[in-house]
Amino acid sequence: MEAASIPAGTPASERIKQWIGTYGLVIVLLIMPVAFAIQDLSDQGNLVRLGENIVTGLSNGAIWALVAIGYTLVYGIVELINFAHGEIFMIGSFISASFIATIGLTVDSSFLPVALGLLLTLPIAMIGSGSLNVLIERVAYRPLRGAPKLAPLITAVGMSFILQNVGLLWKGGNQQGVPDLLEAQTTLVTIFGVTIEHADVLSIGVTIPLLLVMTTFINRSRLGKAMRATAQDPEAARLMGINVDTTISLTFLIGGMLAGAAGLIYAMYQTTIWFFQGFTGGLIAFTAAVMGGIGNLRGAVLGGLIIGCIQQMSDNRIGSEWTPAIVFSYLILIMVFKPSGLLGEQTRDAG
Amino acid sequence: MSVAASETAKPPADPKGKKKGLNLPPWAEKGLIPGVILLIAVLLPLIPAIGDKANLMQQMAVALAYVVMALGLNIIVGFAGLLDLGYVAFFAFGAFAVGWFASGHFAYVNNQEGLHILVGGNTVNLPGIHINFLLVIVVAMILCAIAGVIIGLPTLRLRGDYIAIVTLAFGEIIHRSAVNLDSVTIGETPITAGRQGISPVDRIDLPFLDPFTVLDKKPWYWFALFLVVVVLFVNFRLRDSRMGRAWIALREDEVAAVAMGVPAVKTKLLAYASGAAFGGVAGAFLASLLNTVNADQFQFFFSILVLAMVILGGLGSIWGVVIGAIVLSIINNYLIPDVINSVPGKLGLDFDMTQVTFAIYGFLLLLMMILRPQGLLPERRRAMELTEHADTTDDTLYTARA
Repeated sequence: MEAASIPAGTPASERIKQWIGTYGLVIVLLIMPVAFAIQDLSDQGNLVRLGENIVTGLSNGAIWALVAIGYTLVYGIVELINFAHGEIFMIGSFISASFIATIGLTVDSSFLPVALGLLLTLPIAMIGSGSLNVLIERVAYRPLRGAPKLAPLITAVGMSFILQNVGLLWKGGNQQGVPDLLEAQTTLVTIFGVTIEHADVLSIGVTIPLLLVMTTFINRSRLGKAMRATAQDPEAARLMGINVDTTISLTFLIGGMLAGAAGLIYAMYQTTIWFFQGFTGGLIAFTAAVMGGIGNLRGAVLGGLIIGCIQQMSDNRIGSEWTPAIVFSYLILIMVFKPSGLLGEQTRDAG
Repeated sequence: MSVAASETAKPPADPKGKKKGLNLPPWAEKGLIPGVILLIAVLLPLIPAIGDKANLMQQMAVALAYVVMALGLNIIVGFAGLLDLGYVAFFAFGAFAVGWFASGHFAYVNNQEGLHILVGGNTVNLPGIHINFLLVIVVAMILCAIAGVIIGLPTLRLRGDYIAIVTLAFGEIIHRSAVNLDSVTIGETPITAGRQGISPVDRIDLPFLDPFTVLDKKPWYWFALFLVVVVLFVNFRLRDSRMGRAWIALREDEVAAVAMGVPAVKTKLLAYASGAAFGGVAGAFLASLLNTVNADQFQFFFSILVLAMVILGGLGSIWGVVIGAIVLSIINNYLIPDVINSVPGKLGLDFDMTQVTFAIYGFLLLLMMILRPQGLLPERRRAMELTEHADTTDDTLYTARA
């Protein structure tokens, strides 16, 4: 702030700052893969282990990308970190697991019923999570529109706690198994020694069509246009005859639906669910959204994939008990080097 | 024991008298009610029905420690407007100051003979590092102030929600480290004891007094009350100081404040450091009172609990925060486990009320924000901003105490 008040050309310190701002984050992100690549090459002479980390990381990251989009959409339109979004994702998992149990799918079911059942579960999880998100917006956030910014954020934290306890009462405090319908860990193909499993195909296969549908919706449809207009300037959008309240509800609906889909994939992928997955998962996804540049859809996807890889490498090599700490350290590093994220514009809050 | 007890009662009474004498004209009236409350608080344990129940006295001491902690968080969130969701980190550092420097944790120090600084009694013969509790408090404050500055640095360029997330991440990193660092050793001792906890730790041993005991909680209560009075006094002085006004200016409008010459970096870092230092004091006291430094104490939930105290009382309002902390301590330690725990059972529902403590707080935060965002006992300036926009003139803002 002091430096900004002396506009005398671009001194060396300022240029170094700019350089760090542009490349610092990329370098920080490359530290882990490069270090592990060197380690692999010297230990085994090939990069199979790193390759497997990255494949698993990408498919894992697809889940975080879906959740991260919810954060980014909501932040883009109402400038609120929807803390309860991670819990929406958790509830999506729970709805999926309960529905699968209700229609009686088990590990022994043959391919056709499993495929049909999952095709049926997906919209149910999406609608359930989406409408919950809309309800939360209506009850908890809308009354506070126009209040100081601290107020809705604190409400979001409160909402997140309430939903966590709903999950706790619903499925109990322990991790619950979900039938491994897709034999998630079974190898499908092996390319250059890197195995690709059913779970990887599932998560990529569901995520990409969803993303395509959603981007088309936002870019092409009238409602999507209204969303973009509201994100740019709510007041002006209202003057142009856009129903801002409906648009905001719609944003929460889309974000919640994607989180619900992510919940189903997560349940199929990890084959365990528990009430606390939303808290950690939500923070990881939020980190992804910030890394990509909050408010930017492509950024959220990119961030999700990167965070997935970081998480997987850390799980595999450092120990999964350290993974949250490592992801959060990355979050802080991003804030230090480039608060606007990889693809993001400068926002009002992160200068 | 009652003779020793009445002796310990004196130190808390002194600062009150001083405070009244110093600011006679404005405080003569305002100081009267706090003075009476303080007197009641000091004399409360002398009533046998209250003082003889060790459990109750313990809970009251814990509540007072929460008051200290909430007052610390109030500096960061209430005065400076920096939403801190990782306050538990400072509790952790304060507690670890006790765990590291006042327990047998580092048993191999000095050839297993231990390191002793200004401690007396049986402690002299124990292995490990043992430092007098008053010095440990100083160590805790320094540790936390440094941690506060470290957490403050990355948030300097950020505002609002981003600060909340960075502090949350910091708190979680500290929690994870406390859980996992039991596998990393310094010399032959792990850095933390993870979920098992460092236990036992030294009890408070003040000069000229008998060492505090586990059985009699009255001295702990008076010591906590003493801490509260000191912290309250410091808080009032800080609020009305040049620094306090700078904090409030930054909270209200950062751009305008910087334009008026408020040094943003220094001011924000000092807010973090001083808020953190109070957290450290309370953390050290709690660790000693609960006799353990356990990684499970440092969860995100705790940050929210302290934040809820500040919000319930009213952001930035010192007396409000005191009330908020006491009310929530009562709810947390008494109402939920003892009173309403059996309600679901009576209604034929099959769950434990303690399970849904989180939800109760979540609901409380929600209700407060929607129905009474300014808190139970709001700071006058903030109440004006939130409710009576029309009446807020330069004149009323000027006369409102911050």
